[in-house]
Amino acid sequence: MMARTLVRDGLALLAASVSLPALAQSSPQGAEGFAITNATIAIGDGSAPIHGGTVVVRGGKVVAAGAGIAVPAGVEVIDGTGKWVTPGIVSAVTDLGLVDVGAVDESNDDYAEKAGFNAALDVSAAIDPDATPIGVSRAGGVTRAAVAPVAANAIFAGQGAIIDLAADIDPVSRPRAFQFVELGERGAALAGGSRVAAQAVLRNALREAADFDRRSGISKIGGAKGVPASTGDDIPLDPRMAQTTQGRADDGLLTRFDAAALIPVVNGRQPLYVHVERAADILQVLRLKDEFPALKLVIVGAAEGWRVASRIAAARVPVLASAITDLPGRFETLAATQSNVGRMAQAGVKVALGGFYDNDQPRYAPQYAGNLVAVAQIPGATGLTWGQALASITSVPAEIIGEGGRFGSLKPGLAGDVVIWDGDPLEVTSGPVAIYIDGVKQNMVNHQTRLRDRYRHPQEGPLPKAYQ
Amino acid sequence: MKLRHLGRLAGHALAGLALAASSGAGFAKPKQDDQSFQLKDKPYPSTYKPYPGEAVAIVGATVYDGAGGRIDNGTVLLSGGKVEAIGGADLSVPQRYARIDGAGKFVTPGVIDIHSHLGVYPSPGVQAHSDGNEATSPTTPEVWAEHSVWPQDPGFTRALANGGVTSLQILPGSANLMGGRSVVLKNVPSRTVQGMKFPDAPYGLKMACGENPKRVYGDRNQMPSTRMGNFAVDRQTWIKAAEYKKKRDAGKLDSRDLAMETLADVLAGKILVQNHCYRADEMAQVIDMAKEFGYKVSAFHHAVEAYKIADLLKENDICSAIWADWWGFKMEAYDGIPENAPLLADHGACVIIHSDDENGIQRLNQEAAKAQGDGRRIGISIPDEQVISWFTLNPARALGIDGRTGSLAPGKMGDVVLWNGNPLSVYSRPEKVWIDGALLYDAMDRNRRPVSDFELGQPGEGDVK
Repeated sequence: MMARTLVRDGLALLAASVSLPALAQSSPQGAEGFAITNATIAIGDGSAPIHGGTVVVRGGKVVAAGAGIAVPAGVEVIDGTGKWVTPGIVSAVTDLGLVDVGAVDESNDDYAEKAGFNAALDVSAAIDPDATPIGVSRAGGVTRAAVAPVAANAIFAGQGAIIDLAADIDPVSRPRAFQFVELGERGAALAGGSRVAAQAVLRNALREAADFDRRSGISKIGGAKGVPASTGDDIPLDPRMAQTTQGRADDGLLTRFDAAALIPVVNGRQPLYVHVERAADILQVLRLKDEFPALKLVIVGAAEGWRVASRIAAARVPVLASAITDLPGRFETLAATQSNVGRMAQAGVKVALGGFYDNDQPRYAPQYAGNLVAVAQIPGATGLTWGQALASITSVPAEIIGEGGRFGSLKPGLAGDVVIWDGDPLEVTSGPVAIYIDGVKQNMVNHQTRLRDRYRHPQEGPLPKAYQ
Repeated sequence: MKLRHLGRLAGHALAGLALAASSGAGFAKPKQDDQSFQLKDKPYPSTYKPYPGEAVAIVGATVYDGAGGRIDNGTVLLSGGKVEAIGGADLSVPQRYARIDGAGKFVTPGVIDIHSHLGVYPSPGVQAHSDGNEATSPTTPEVWAEHSVWPQDPGFTRALANGGVTSLQILPGSANLMGGRSVVLKNVPSRTVQGMKFPDAPYGLKMACGENPKRVYGDRNQMPSTRMGNFAVDRQTWIKAAEYKKKRDAGKLDSRDLAMETLADVLAGKILVQNHCYRADEMAQVIDMAKEFGYKVSAFHHAVEAYKIADLLKENDICSAIWADWWGFKMEAYDGIPENAPLLADHGACVIIHSDDENGIQRLNQEAAKAQGDGRRIGISIPDEQVISWFTLNPARALGIDGRTGSLAPGKMGDVVLWNGNPLSVYSRPEKVWIDGALLYDAMDRNRRPVSDFELGQPGEGDVK
């Protein structure tokens, strides 16, 4: 994994050489770099778009973006007249790569209700870069995602991964990036029937993990074959694989594997993503830090976050929230409003749009962000500025998932994840016309575009459609 | 998040809807003059009465009339609950009319959603509220959606305020082949369902083909468990309905049969078939079944593969009620493409954008615009004024109410939305919504923002949603 970015271009070429011709459109472009000129540039950091700007990408990374930027010699120049350029969309959290068809169980790896493990589950082994939703999302401008498992047999769903959506065979850039836990209505059901039970299950699990670590020293002795816990790379070794013969408390409820997986959570080395919606549940989550001070929390959902926004901001806990939830769909979302994200942002919460599952497809993020700009015009409502709205689907989710130093905006040094749009990217009539990931031009052909082309005219020709 | 969807898969949303309507002539209309259509045959009558509204002139706006017309710097006059006139800047405005400055704003007919489960799967979506599908038998044409609708569903108010929805069809779910009668509502808050019923709108019959019925009953080890089983059960049921109708027409009925009454009225052309169906090949089979028994499909709902048979749908005068780009959530949705609507329109077939969703119903305008943009990128240019008809006049036609609403023609119901920008932009929202000439939503006036009983005294009551 660590060497992955170094070989990306080679992998892309390999993928192309073994693919069907129609699908083999990944190109090695990007090695020498490219510049998009005379376009409307949106950096993605919250700033307003820049007209007549330039973006330069070399060596797979953004070199410069903005106005008055000189185009270096030797790079391909792409005329961006009439076009908009943004960083790629970052989708957090989602089931991308775990699902082919939602209602076809055998095509899915998003949850495992009959598994013997929960916190130990690690989605990175199951992510399929060829899953059709990945290609469709990529064509919609989504370049990175935080992929989370879905809780099915316990409040802990397991460990999520950071992926890129490049058209190659190696999607995972950071395995075991976070642990996901349900503590609201869903968590109550999974814990045995009440939030009371969910709180007990959580506390017991974290204490068992801490106890296991004390006895075994896993977080100090490191991983398999005696390799030290830190390798210099910031991806920790998998504590489940630690070689230790040390035992655990006799009354432990967790499997050894699950307990080991929670050690980096309780130590604060792996963030804990907590799904809660109602205001009271959010405060319970914030209070966890009193008991477990090292926890690195991210709240997912937070439909009623606006009611406790200043408390969330003070706790410096970031939030991944839905933009459009405005109905009391459950008793835990009674106060849902499309002003939620805007009000939290105004209170100083670091908040991004998140939760892209099922018919909330990752490629809808720009539309949802645009709706928050629209909301801002309604008396009594709170939305986002255009710049904030774009940031809420690019740089801010990247920061929340711990990748702000690698991708998420067009700042120099970040990954060359660039989308060229045929208009304002948040406008529903606009769409991507070119997509780059790590500076590599991406394939935009997928199952949908092939069907579209075949049925441009529905009638059969001289031969059946199957020959077209 | 996930749970919501699993609920959807198991319940209403998947089940699609099946509206049947068509884009033009030959569309089945209820026969009001039929002698059998007497008062006793119209129980649970509408008690809806338009609320009072002042005479209004919206001036200086861009007007999309819903029927494909566009007037820049236009004038719309509402009076007596009706659209009185529309025209250009030269249309004279009588003294007594309240003038509303529409400069920079847009006017459309009220939005119509042909596929909604508001009220029958209301918020909060708890089991006690799950009243959308009497799936205890593969065919239940005897049930009527209006007997399940909860008028206090907060979803109605969101559809009004954020979506500009003024009329909507509430359908039973699609777990079974014949889910029951639909009901068409005006989106006006009321203590009773009767107080929302669109007066004299034809009923619809919800039918479903494909995965849902065969899965639901196959899992119970009963018929149908296959697509061929779906058709066999449908056909046997239509045979019975034809016999019932024959007896009824001859005045030889011994007793009433609610199920057969509904089906006989379909065969008589009084009830419109709204048919949930995803796959192209299955739609073609349904078209032949309709011909076998002499009824007409008004619209195929969900129809994600309609683009594959645009010619067939046009030839048979059947609308496709579709999402812009929902796709892939079940096997029969795997071939959905974002260009479905523009490809249909390009071949002259009738397009309706529907929601089937309490969130999506708040953004039918945006969904239509998305499809328009996806068309433009493959060289299909559809003018804004035509795209507007996808969520106004076309659904009205497929519901059999186009004579009274769906466009801004003089004499039609005063169902009107004033948008604060182009409705085909993500940045626009309804500013004012009139239903039968009564101002029932005004973004600038808190007193014109409805709050359902359920939300009273709860966190967020009366908030901007």
